Parts: sequence; structure tokens; C-alpha cells
Amino acid sequence: MPALKVEHLAKTYPQKRPLFGAAPPGVRAVRPMSFQVETGETLGVVGESGCGKSTLARMLVGLLEPTEGTIEVEGKALGTADPSEFGKLIQYVFQDPQSSLNPRKTIRQVMEAPLKRLHGMAKPARKRRIAEIFASVNLREEFLDRYPHEFSGGQAQRIGIARALAASPRIIILDEPVSALDVSVQAQVLNLLADLKTRFGLTYLFITHDLAVVEAVSERIVVLYFGAVVEIGRADRIFASPRHPYTGLLAESAPVVGRSLKAPEQKGIELPDPLNPPSGCAFAGRCPRATDLCRTREPELKQMGEDQLAACHYPLEN
Amino acid sequence: MSAFLTLLFRNRLAALGAVVIAAILILVLNIPLLPLHDPDVTATADRFMRPFAEGHLLGTDHLGRDLLSRLLHGTRLSLAVGIAAALIAAAIGSAIGIFAGYFGGRTDNIVMRGVDMLMAFPYILLALAIVAALGPGLMNALIAVAAVNVPFFARNIRGITVGLAGREFVDAARLAGMGHIRIVLTELLPNVLPVIVIAMSTTVGWMILETAGLSFLGLGSQPPQADLGSMLGEARSAMISHPHTSIVPGLMIFLIVMSINLLGDGVRDALDPRLRSGALSRPRATTLVKRHGDVPPATDELLAIQDLHTEFHVGKRNLRAVDGVSLAVRPGECLGVIGESGSGKSVTALSVMGLVASPPGVITGGAARFQGEDLIGAPYESLRQKRGNRVAYIFQDPLSTLHPLYRVGQQLAEAIRSHNNLSNTEARVRAIQLLNDVRIPNAKSRVDDYPHEMSGGMRQRVGIAMALANEPDVIIADEPTTALDVTVQAQILSLLDDLRRERGLAIIFITHDFGVVAQLCDRVAVMYAGQIVEEGPTQAVLDAPAHPYTKRLIACVPELGGGRRELAAIPGLPPVLDDLPPGCAFAPRCSKAAKRCRQGEIPLHGPAFHAVRCLFPERAL
Ligand SMILES: Nc1ncnc2c1ncn2[C@@H]1O[C@H](COP(=O)(O)OP(=O)(O)O)[C@@H](O)[C@H]1O
Ligand code: SF4
Ligand code: SF4
Ligand SMILES: [Mg+2]
Repeated sequence: MPALKVEHLAKTYPQKRPLFGAAPPGVRAVRPMSFQVETGETLGVVGESGCGKSTLARMLVGLLEPTEGTIEVEGKALGTADPSEFGKLIQYVFQDPQSSLNPRKTIRQVMEAPLKRLHGMAKPARKRRIAEIFASVNLREEFLDRYPHEFSGGQAQRIGIARALAASPRIIILDEPVSALDVSVQAQVLNLLADLKTRFGLTYLFITHDLAVVEAVSERIVVLYFGAVVEIGRADRIFASPRHPYTGLLAESAPVVGRSLKAPEQKGIELPDPLNPPSGCAFAGRCPRATDLCRTREPELKQMGEDQLAACHYPLEN
Repeated sequence: MSAFLTLLFRNRLAALGAVVIAAILILVLNIPLLPLHDPDVTATADRFMRPFAEGHLLGTDHLGRDLLSRLLHGTRLSLAVGIAAALIAAAIGSAIGIFAGYFGGRTDNIVMRGVDMLMAFPYILLALAIVAALGPGLMNALIAVAAVNVPFFARNIRGITVGLAGREFVDAARLAGMGHIRIVLTELLPNVLPVIVIAMSTTVGWMILETAGLSFLGLGSQPPQADLGSMLGEARSAMISHPHTSIVPGLMIFLIVMSINLLGDGVRDALDPRLRSGALSRPRATTLVKRHGDVPPATDELLAIQDLHTEFHVGKRNLRAVDGVSLAVRPGECLGVIGESGSGKSVTALSVMGLVASPPGVITGGAARFQGEDLIGAPYESLRQKRGNRVAYIFQDPLSTLHPLYRVGQQLAEAIRSHNNLSNTEARVRAIQLLNDVRIPNAKSRVDDYPHEMSGGMRQRVGIAMALANEPDVIIADEPTTALDVTVQAQILSLLDDLRRERGLAIIFITHDFGVVAQLCDRVAVMYAGQIVEEGPTQAVLDAPAHPYTKRLIACVPELGGGRRELAAIPGLPPVLDDLPPGCAFAPRCSKAAKRCRQGEIPLHGPAFHAVRCLFPERAL
């Protein structure tokens, strides 16, 4: 049984109704998508800003109600968007560690909330549990009575992770958890996350725009473009032998030591406009392989070789 | 709290206000202890006695009542009513504001439309209408004054709440199982409380005045009860013949409102976070320069930073953010500056054009020369002319270069026209072309957007277009692509690369990404704790780093194609800059640190093209 199973999950943000006339069609931030994450797996999600990463993440933790589709955790469907029901199963680690902590609460107050509200623990039990969690994320207990501004980014992110662990979830959604951190601290936090995963048998959904990071931490990777999954594959292969032209473009664009700089794209190509989405393949405006078929029919996600799927009419050969 | 009071009383006017209002408060609170006449006992024989008369210090009024006694009782009543009105207005207004701001959407819309409608009426007219409906009386005047002030609080607090409700800690609280009420009370309220206090301290004076106004018109306190407004009102008919009866309450109203407003403004300023970090003084136009020692002689490089020292003086702390940095670029050259946050990269860059905020920043030594001319300490006007035209910046945070109230096209055209003689239409065409160059999709329509209508990545690209607008000789780019997507980053990097090859643009590129440095830069300098620890040709530094810090920094960055693996993290944190260890700043985190490393300054040494600041480098140079 997969830890997380998502079927036809989609989100359309309604647009403001004009004074006269019918409401325009909404912005389809996430198009119906299906995927699953096995227990103990780390599924990486990459894509550029605005491709729907955070919308997806917020639906998964119940902060946002999906327009359609279902979310199942360990075989149990999560019906209503009630964050406290979700909270015990799925937790979230935010991108900006400082802004995810209330500046006027001590770390102890932050840590106590999930224990008290989600698990109804009594005071002595909470104290013990907090000590346990703090030990596992290498934070000193004396930090508990301090306020968020006294911590560096790396420490604040550890606190954010500790708070997520306090809910004893099965799955943690990591939304760009190290993007705001310095490289030396980034490595510390990534290693800590890997360690916690094995220790507590967690399952991760790791969202990022950093290809190198996602490759280093994930088993499988989902590539999103314009609100839809364009490719899914094994982390160790997907960037080396991409099937979807967009995945290929991403891999070529990433700055890599020892590879010379070349513009991977021509100037003057058109990016898709969410308010006026193109018909057919959303990538067609940027794709050198695009034909009329691409511009009229939306490609479906198809199996391409062993454990790799891509949504493209003319996939790259490898 | 004590810091707040120090700041507050450094403001002389606020201190004066505090003293005056405190004196008045002490006086009226001790009324039962003072030997006063009964304020309401009339004695028609003693009408209109002058001040300093026997037994009546301030004289008497038209019914022979003791003015001093009426003044103090009246002041007490006016203050009580004004403060009560302020508390009620603040409580109701803030509740509405928090409610509307937190729930947003339709609730917010309806509530705020109602508030707008109330605000559309003239203030005093609304108050009069309310009293007219309820009938005269002090209680009703209080209600009226509170009611007309509710919208002010609702509006202010809603604005703050909207900002807070979008913050991630509110989402985190929901995920921790908190309900809406609990989130409003425990997450939002503590954060808006300071704003409520500020709003109250700046409005309570006016509310006292408004209550007095209603009483003056006979709509507030009813005879014989005295408040400041009704005293004035009753004295009106004798204003010419017996002016003291009006002057006494009038002066008191003046004192109260002035002192409360002065104190309120002081409280607002002291709670302002911008003033808390620095002194109460205005920021200077350019960075303060207090150079010790000799200024290094000119060289023939295009832009040369020479032995630069920049410090931040914050209270008693003295942060050495830049501690003897030397860098230089020639035309067409790209120099990378790499390091973790806080290592002094940005401060080095900002010092060149005197853009470090002063206070607290001070340049204490060195030079920054453009074509041999020292920019440090140069007059503001000459720096302003060079900025954008000769030396342009691309900042980490694009909002610092864009004005929120103008369309991006206008701002670009403005920048172009400030250094070129172009017509409006020509400038617009050029602006669109620049937006195209930095890969803004649909540049023709985007040119008329306001900055807030663009995504962060898009604004950053506009910032880059601004820097390119006047074809500068040098671009100092401070993490310009950190927030951008890889495909956009690749485009921007190749654009910069083209410009330096075709036009001989020199670039100082600050980043923390080795991949970017490897692709764009000819040379790279690695910074740690305000110093350069290694500098050399990019290829040589990346292939075989000489400084242990460089080596470990490279090792802890995952690289595409490296596969799934454990990363080699560097233990510990960068040092605090006002408490640097003696000797090598990296020693506490270095596995090779020896006793010698912790003693005395370690110089940057090696052949001219590759230098390292380490006693036991990873390889011989
Ligand atoms: N306005 C300021 N007031 C006080 N300290 C500052 C200010 N700006 C920067 N600093 C300090 O100067 C040091 C160097 O900062 P910075 O140049 O921004 O580093 P980098 O750009 O390498 O991240 C840091 O320790 C930072 O805290
Ligand atoms: S479907 Fe066509 S346009 Fe879309 S990625 Fe494939 S080849 Fe390119
Ligand atoms: S000087 Fe010593 S402590 Fe500093 S980096 Fe070199 S070996 Fe390490
Ligand atoms: Mg910086």
C-alpha cells in the first residue's frame, strides 16, 4: 500500500467576476494529476516558479481545498479540508524558516501546539516528547525558551522540522526546505532529513527548483510544467536521459562546473500565459520538436521504457 | 522595555509631553485629597471673581463656582471619557479589522465597504448625527466619539492583519490543529497589539478634543456637571467681559491635547523597528567615511577595490563586516565573489558607491577606484551621475530598485532618458527591447505593469533590465539570479556573457553557486568572515582549491549528475563578526587547525594570480 496516493487532483483558482457578464474561467494552477509515493520513499517534485508546486503542497496538507480529485494516506481517503485531521498524517516544512515561526511566541509554545491540539497530551508527556524530538534534530533544550529572531536560518529550519515531527506524521511535505539556507548549512539540514527518515520510517515529498539537490535526496522525481506532470522517473536517470523535452531543457540549463555556458533556448520564444492557456501541449511554444499535432492535442502521460513516464508526442530518444 | 523608554525619552518633545500629561494625571487622580471647594455649589454673590482672589486660586465662574475645582473635576471627566472612547474604539475597530483581515474574501469585502461608507461622512457631522439620534448626554457623546473612530482602527488593523494572515506561521498553526478563534487570539493579536497601541496613542488626544467639542455644543455633559467642553461653552457668553473663565479650560485642553500628541508621536517613533536598530537620526545620502591610515595609490584597472574596511557600529558592538578586501576588474572581465551569507559580499559591493546605510555603516579604510578616481568619500552628486551610467547595480532584492507606484515601463524609460537624449516613444521602444532581452514574456503588454503585478522572478528581470538600460561599464550583481528559475538564469547568464564579450562590460558577480561561477567568471574570490580567503582563476580554484574552507564548501554543494548521496556538511556556523577569534576565522570549523592558526593575522599569500589565506593550504601554489 502506498503511503500517499493522489488521483486526478486539481485546483482551479476562480477569477474575479467582472461587473457585467459571466465569470471568466479560473486559472488552472494544478491540472488533474495522479501519482503515488511508496512508504519510506522520497519523491522529488521539480518545476519552475508558478508551475503549481506550492498549490499542490498546500492541497496535500489540507490548507487548500482541491477543486477535484482525491488524496489517500495509507489507504485512507482524506475527505474534508480540515487541517487538524490532515495534521496527524501529513505535515509541512516551510520554505522560509523565520516566517514560519510566530515572532512573539517562544519555541516551547510553538512545539507544544501540535502535541496539545492534535494529540491531547498532558503537560509532563509533552515535556518528555519535546525533549525527545529536540534531541533527534540536534537542538539544545535551552533554545525552548527563546524567541525565533534569536536563531539563524539553519537553526530556525531545524525548529520547523521539529515542529513537523511533533505531530508524529507519516508523511512530510518539504516545500523548498533548504532554498533559504546557506550551502554549508543546507548540507547539514539535508543530512538531518535523511537521518530522520530512516529513524522514524517517514515518507517525504520534496519540492524544490534545485535540480542538484533533488537528485541528491530523491528516489523518484516528478517534473511539473504549467500545472501538469510532464515526466516521472528514477532520480538517477531522469536528468541524464530525459524523455520530455522540458526535462531536457531543465537539465541543460542547470549551471554545472565544467560545462560551458550556452544559451539553451532561442530568444523571443513565448511562455504560456495562465490567463490564456494554449491548447494542446503547454510546452509547444518553447519546444523545437513541436508540430501541429502538439499544438492541438494535449499529450498524455505514457509509459516510456522501464519506470519512466512522459507526456510528449515526440519524446527524446536515448 | 527599558530600551523602548530610552529611545522614547531621547526624543525631547515626547519627554516634555510625558512630563506634562503625567503632572495633569497626578493632579486629577489626587482630587479627593486636595482641599477643593465643591465644584457644583453656586454662590451668586461671588460671580466672576478674578484669579488669585481670596480662597479661589483661579477665580469663579458666572454662578460663583470655584474655577480650580471645576477645572480639575472637569479635566478628570474629560480625560476619563476620552480614554474610554479610545479604548472602546480601539477594541471594536481592532476586532473588526482582525476579523476582516483574517477571513478575507467576501467577509472582508462587505465589512470594509461598510467601514468605507462610515469614513465617507465628515467626522464631526457623523458624531452630531449619532448624538442627535441618541439624545444629548455624556454617555451618548462617548458612544458617538467612539463610533466615529472605529473605522480608523478597523482600517489600520485590517491592513496589518492581511499581511500577517498570509505569513507561514499562521498556516503552521492551522496544521498544528488550532482553530480560527485560537489563531486570532494567540497568533495574530500579539503581533497587532503594538500597532493598536500606536494607533491609540496618536488618537486619544483628538478623541478628548472631540468629546469636548460635543460638550461645548451642549450635547455632552449636562449642567451642573463640569467637563472641559461644557466649561468653555458656559463661559462663551462672558468671553469678552471675563476672559479668564474661557482661558482656564481652554489652556487645559491645549495642554492635554498637545502633551498627549507629542507623547503619542514619540511612542510611535520609538516602536518603529527602523529606528530601533540605529540612532534617531536620518540615514545619510552616502555612507559615512572615516578613513584611518593612507589611501592606496591608483592602479590602471577599470574598477579596483583596495584594502576596503567597512564596519557597522551598532550600540557598543563593532561589526567588522569587510576587513581588508581588495578586488579588481578589467574591461570584459568577470570576477566571481563567493561566500556564505554574512561573509561581507554585499557590504563590499555596496561600499563602492557609498550605498551602505549610515548609520550604522562606516567605511574605515581603503579605496574604491573607477578608472583611477577614488569613489569613497566622493560627493553625492558625482556618485549619482556615475550610478547607472558607468557603474550599475543589480540587487538581490529587486523591490529596492523599483518604485511601487510607477509602471515598470515608465521607470525604465525614465532611467534611459536620464542619461540619454531620447524621445518618449524611442525610450519606450528601448524599454520593450530591454524587457525582451531579459526574457519577460509578452514584453509589449508587460511594459505597462506595476511592479506588484509581476512575480518575484519577473521583477528581478526588470531590475536587471534597469541595470542594463544605460550600457554601463561595470555591473556589480549581487546574487541576481538566486531567486530565478534555472532556464531564466541560463538566459540571464548568457546575456551577461554576451555583453562582456561584445561590449567589454566588466562584471563583479556575487553568488553562492559554484556552477554559476564556473560558467561565467574568469576569476573567483572566496570570502569568509569579511575577508578574502582565496582568490585565483576559476578553473584552478574549483579543480584544486587551496584553502580548506573552499574545499569543504565545494564538497557540501550537491552537483547535478552526482546521484543520491550523503553530503559532506561543514560543522558549526560562521563566526560572529564583533567577536572574531584571533588568527584564522575558520579555525573553529577547520579539521586541520593547529595552535599557530589561532595566533596572529594570517596574510593572503601566493603568486599574484592565485593567493590563499591559510598556514596549511591544501596544495602548494
Ligand atoms: N545595516 C546593517 N547593520 C548592522 N549590521 C549589518 C548591516 N548590514 C549588514 N550587516 C552585517 O555585516 C555582515 C556582512 O553582511 P553582508 O555583506 O550582507 O554579507 P553577504 O552579502 O556576504 O551575505 C553581516 O554580519 C551582517 O550582519
Ligand atoms: S508534445 Fe510536442 S511540443 Fe510538447 S514537448 Fe512533446 S514534442 Fe514538444
Ligand atoms: S589557517 Fe589553519 S585553521 Fe585556518 S584554514 Fe588554514 S589550516 Fe585551517
Ligand atoms: Mg548578500
